[in-house]
Amino acid sequence: MATNGMTRIRDLPWLCLPPDNVRERCLRLQSLPRAAFAEEVAFLASHGLKEIQLHQLADALEGRRAAQGDLKPLEPITLGIVSNGTSDLLTKPLVATGARYGYDVRVVQGLFGQVMQEALDAASNVNAAAPDFILLVLDHRALPVSPALGSVAGEEANINAVLDWLGSLRDGFRRNCAATVVIPTMAPPADPLFGSLDAAVPGSLRRILGKLNQKIVELAPASGDLVLDVAFLASAVGLDEWCDAAYWNLAKLPFGQAFLPLYADHVLRTLAAARGKSRKCLILDLDNTVWGGVIGDDGLDGIVLGNGSAKGEAFLAVQRLALALRDRGVLLAVSSKNEEEMARGPFRSHAEMLLKESDIAVFQANWIDKAGNLRAIAKELNIGLDALVLLDDNPAERALVRRELPEVAVPELPPDPAHYPRVLAWAGYFDTVSYSAEDAERGQYYASNAKRAELAVSATDIDGYLASLRMVMTVVPFDASGRSRICQLINKTNQFNLTTIRYSERQVMAFETDPSVLALQIRLIDTFGDNGMISVIIAVPDGDALEIDTWLMSCRVLNRGVERAALNVLVGAARARGCRALRGAYISTKKNSLVREHYKRLGFSQLSGGDERSTWILPLDHFADQPHHIHVIGLENK
Amino acid sequence: MSKSVGLEEFLPIFQEVFNRDDIVLTRELSAADFDAWDSLSNIRLLVAVEEAFGVRFTSDEIASLRNVGELAELVGKKRS
Repeated sequence: MATNGMTRIRDLPWLCLPPDNVRERCLRLQSLPRAAFAEEVAFLASHGLKEIQLHQLADALEGRRAAQGDLKPLEPITLGIVSNGTSDLLTKPLVATGARYGYDVRVVQGLFGQVMQEALDAASNVNAAAPDFILLVLDHRALPVSPALGSVAGEEANINAVLDWLGSLRDGFRRNCAATVVIPTMAPPADPLFGSLDAAVPGSLRRILGKLNQKIVELAPASGDLVLDVAFLASAVGLDEWCDAAYWNLAKLPFGQAFLPLYADHVLRTLAAARGKSRKCLILDLDNTVWGGVIGDDGLDGIVLGNGSAKGEAFLAVQRLALALRDRGVLLAVSSKNEEEMARGPFRSHAEMLLKESDIAVFQANWIDKAGNLRAIAKELNIGLDALVLLDDNPAERALVRRELPEVAVPELPPDPAHYPRVLAWAGYFDTVSYSAEDAERGQYYASNAKRAELAVSATDIDGYLASLRMVMTVVPFDASGRSRICQLINKTNQFNLTTIRYSERQVMAFETDPSVLALQIRLIDTFGDNGMISVIIAVPDGDALEIDTWLMSCRVLNRGVERAALNVLVGAARARGCRALRGAYISTKKNSLVREHYKRLGFSQLSGGDERSTWILPLDHFADQPHHIHVIGLENK
Repeated sequence: MSKSVGLEEFLPIFQEVFNRDDIVLTRELSAADFDAWDSLSNIRLLVAVEEAFGVRFTSDEIASLRNVGELAELVGKKRS
């Protein structure tokens, strides 16, 4: 973990931690039938594999390629590598990382210490392989720079000499094999000579490299070459560790071994971008992703956004990044579990909101599963699922989408929203190799609509997903330790709240000790952690029925079967008291239309009612436990 | 007095780095006995050992190591 509290960039924090059995799974990859291979290799490569694991994956891929002749459906790409150092240890990370981008990377290494020869000799290793791309792994030690301290003319001469040298390299490769060359910018030397003056003295190495890098970047487009900004990468992770003197001396390793996964990912994302694989649309969840809190429960005044707090600032930064992406041609969409009017509210009237509805190409706010919404968004924008990125703070939602739609990029997010922008930015999903006025204008074509996309019949395998969550629900009567959270839920929950009856702390305390009242606090744990207390139910006896006075739940756990499991518990408790029926009422408010049909969905019959209020009954004689995927614990019969 | 690290602590590292289950570690085992163990995989191995045990070898130490036994002793010394 870095000092800023986030997983370090070098560990690719936007990717999930690898499973424990990577090595085993790689071994099995070699003999899987094609469809299973495609799914498994995509799954493994989608994780933040460390160098050893990248090696294991590459071994498996190379083994399979040797045995079966190809790695279909991965697309073959031949990558030549020339370096002034030892580049052999780059091969396996590049091969394995290639799979992350859908490529079967075949690496051809140039001979050690033969950079120019590899370019000029038509029969060299690299040229003979007719590669699609050639990666130059060069640092400043490769360059023909001679001392020229204090001389402006000398500085220019050096820069021109290097440009000529690079030009010869590039021309040689062009002539001999027509590959696209990937040219790195040069990381500055990690050790200062003057100190601050390194930036000012003409002919200093730092100045030469700075100006050289500018030229490299300027000249590349015209020559059709690609630039890999290694100078920025090295500074971002820290020159101190990037430039490892000991390992350079020992084996001429070009940079610290710890950075192999990150470097490989940057190379591959550049190649993928050159081949048009950049993603095109960022889909934003809303609650706790672009503002703090839940709009349906907290209201416009309650959500956290803006300059008043650290959290508020964090979400502003997320919005700023989204807008910056939109300005450079990335489409924005929204997919949120909310009432639509509720979700659009902050866009229209929150003073601190930076995003406007007109920035959003498609706006999905409803209660159906996110995978269904993402399919609808892709269809509406006429782009593939592989062009989408979903930013969502909820690990359960992320898991659902990854499971259902593996082609959608779903970055992992750290616990602190302050780090969301960095993780999204570094994931590089939208990296491109060119930028033009057309890109900037792309947003306009979709402007002002914030359309609602039509939902197809959902094909999501909900049962499989719910089972995979391994949910455990604990039901416990009201007690002193739960009191404060119970009060909070009772007084703050607006959407999933059947009767919206508010109780004071004193009243809640009284429920703890009143033997006639059935007052339940419900907690939910799943494979991602403890969701804490997510539901409160209060029921009182009324004749031979048990009357449900309060039934509320956090929207975070909607559509997981919690209501059904809770109903089973309620029925058990009612029967234990000799009750013959459960009764409940729905009292309509501006915010709880979500639960208008709650009792109907649970099999209750309507006793009375209109729009404002309805009452419902469930006789217990023939009631059979409702199915769900939750393991329920607790509640001695009261 | 520093305690040498047991060979069984190194075995998983060797298995993971070389991606093989058939490795038998002895104190005398060296790069000469093992085809896949060349100078570059030696570096990968030592980086993995450094990370696993939280130690760092100097270039001299790396150059002077002759077999697994010496590696175990060196790590033991650095760890204590």
